[in-house]
Amino acid sequence: MTAATAITAPGLAGPATAARPRIGREWTLALPLAAFFAVFFVTPLLLLVAVSLYADAEMTRFGLDQYIRFFGDTFNLAVLGSTLLLGVKVTALTLLFGYPLAWLYTRSGPRMQSALILIIILPLLTSVVVRTFAWIVILGRDGIVNNLLLSLGLAETPLRLLYTEGGLVAALVQVQMPLMVLPLITTLSRLDPNLLDASAALGAGPWRGFLKVTLPLSLPGIVAGCLLTYAAAVTAFITQSLVGGGQMLFMPQYIYQQTITLHNWPFAAAISIVFMVSVLGVVMLFNLLGRASKGYVHA
Amino acid sequence: MPDMQRPTLGSASFGLVMGTLAGAALLLLAAPTLVVLVTSFTDGYSLKFPPPSYSLRWYASLIDAWQLQDAALVSLKLGAVVTAVSAVLGTAAALAIGRSRRAWARGLDALFMSPLVLPALAFGLASLVFFSTAGVELSFLTLAIGHIVVSVPYVLRTTLASLAQLDPALLESSESLGAGRLYTFRRVTLPTIRNGIGAGAFIAFMSSFDNIPVSLFMADARNEVLPIRMWQILENSLDVRAAAVSGVLIAVTVLAMVVMERVAGLSRQLR
Repeated sequence: MTAATAITAPGLAGPATAARPRIGREWTLALPLAAFFAVFFVTPLLLLVAVSLYADAEMTRFGLDQYIRFFGDTFNLAVLGSTLLLGVKVTALTLLFGYPLAWLYTRSGPRMQSALILIIILPLLTSVVVRTFAWIVILGRDGIVNNLLLSLGLAETPLRLLYTEGGLVAALVQVQMPLMVLPLITTLSRLDPNLLDASAALGAGPWRGFLKVTLPLSLPGIVAGCLLTYAAAVTAFITQSLVGGGQMLFMPQYIYQQTITLHNWPFAAAISIVFMVSVLGVVMLFNLLGRASKGYVHA
Repeated sequence: MPDMQRPTLGSASFGLVMGTLAGAALLLLAAPTLVVLVTSFTDGYSLKFPPPSYSLRWYASLIDAWQLQDAALVSLKLGAVVTAVSAVLGTAAALAIGRSRRAWARGLDALFMSPLVLPALAFGLASLVFFSTAGVELSFLTLAIGHIVVSVPYVLRTTLASLAQLDPALLESSESLGAGRLYTFRRVTLPTIRNGIGAGAFIAFMSSFDNIPVSLFMADARNEVLPIRMWQILENSLDVRAAAVSGVLIAVTVLAMVVMERVAGLSRQLR
C-alpha cells in the first residue's frame, strides 16, 4: 500500500501544467510500433478468424462448420480440456516450489542473491530445445532416474518415464519456473519487514505470520506469476511434442498437425481461435482475481 | 512452557518446509542444464548419463556439420536484425506510453504485450495465412517480421520498468534550465533507461534465437533456423551432436548472462 501511494504521489503533486505540453506530442513515438502491430499482428489475426469461417478445407464456402465440427466431437473437447488442465497442474506445482525459492531469495545476502538469480533465470535463457533435450536424457530408458531406480533395486526393468504426463509436467515446471519466481521476488522484496515483526511481536508464529501476512500481501505477485506460467505452459509446443511424445495430443500440436500434415487451414484456424479464446478467458479470470486481490490488500 | 515450545517448533518446521521446497526448486532449475553439459562430453554414441568415458569428439564433429552451422548463422543474423528493430520500436513506444495515464496508452500497452500470452503457434499460423493471402513469398524478411512481433514485448516491459524509476522532476529541471527535448533525452532520459533497453534487447535476442512456433510457419527452405534443425534431430535420431550443440549454446548463454549482469545489471532489470 505504501508503494502504491509513492508511485502516484509525484504525479498528483507535480506541476501538471508545466508537464502537459511535453506529453502532448510524445504519443507520436508509439505510432511506428502501432502501425507495425496493426499490419503484422492484428490483420493476420483477423484473417485467421476469416479463414476459420470457411466451411470446407478447399475454402469455397462460408459457414460455421469448423466450429460445429470442433465442438461436436468429444475427442476435440478432450484435447482442449487436457491442454487447459495441463496448464493448471504445471502452474500449481510451479507455485508450490517457486514461492519458497522467492522467499529464500528475499532472505539471502547480496552475494547469495546474485548466485540465486543466475540459477533462476538460467532456464529462461537456455534454448528450449536444449532444456527439452535434457529431459530426454534424464527420463529416457538409459536416463538418470531409471539408472538410479535400477541400482537402488526399486525397479526391475527401466520404467517408461518419457512420453508420460508426469514427465511432461516435470519438464514444464522447470522450464516455466523463472516466470513464476521473478514476479514473486518483486512483490516479496517490496513487503515491509516491519509487518512480519509486528505480527511476531503480537505472538504469531512463523506459519501464522506467513499465512496471515506474507501470503495475502504477495497475492498480486502470485497472480502475475500464475498468469505468465499458465500461458507459457499450455502453449509450449516443443516441450509438449518432444517430452510428451506422440502419446498425448495437446492443442498446439493439434494446430500444427492440421496445418502442416493435413493442410486443413480452416479447421486449423478454428482450433487456433478456440484455443486463443480459451487461454485469454483463463488469463482474464486470473486478471480479475488479481484486481480483486489488490483491492483486498489495499483495503 | 508450552508458550516457549510452540514458536521454536513452529519456526523449525517452517524453515525446514520452505528450505526443502526451495532446495528442490533450485535442483530442478539447474540439474537439467548440468546433465546436458556433462553428456555432451561423452565418448560413446548414446546419450547415457553419466557417460562411460569422456572426449571432445562430438564437439570436433561440429566442425564439419555445415547444415548446423548454416542454421546457426541464419539464427544469429535473424537475432541481430530482430533485436535492432525491436529495440528501436519498443523504446519509442515505451517513451510514449510510460508517461501517459490515458486510456489509449493502457490500450496500446495491452496490445503490444499480448503476444506474450497469445499462443505463438496460432500467431505463426495467422502470419502464414496473412502472407499467403497477400501473395508475399516466405523469406528472411517475413521470418524477421514474425519474430519482431513476439520480441517487442520484452523490450517494452523492461524499458517501461526503468522509465518508472525516472523522476519527472529531472526532466522538468532539465527543461527549465533551457535544454531542448532531444538534449534532455540524450543526457537525462537515455542514461537512466539504457540498462532497461539493454536487458530487454538481450532477452529479445534470446527469444528470437530460440523461437520455434513462429519460425515453423515463417521460414522457407533457405532460411532454416537452428532450433528447428535441432528439433528435427531430436525427433528423428537423437544424434549426440545435438548434445555438443547444446553444450556450445549453454556456454555462450552463461557467458552472455554474466556479461549482461555486469554491464546492465540484468537481474535487476528483470524484476
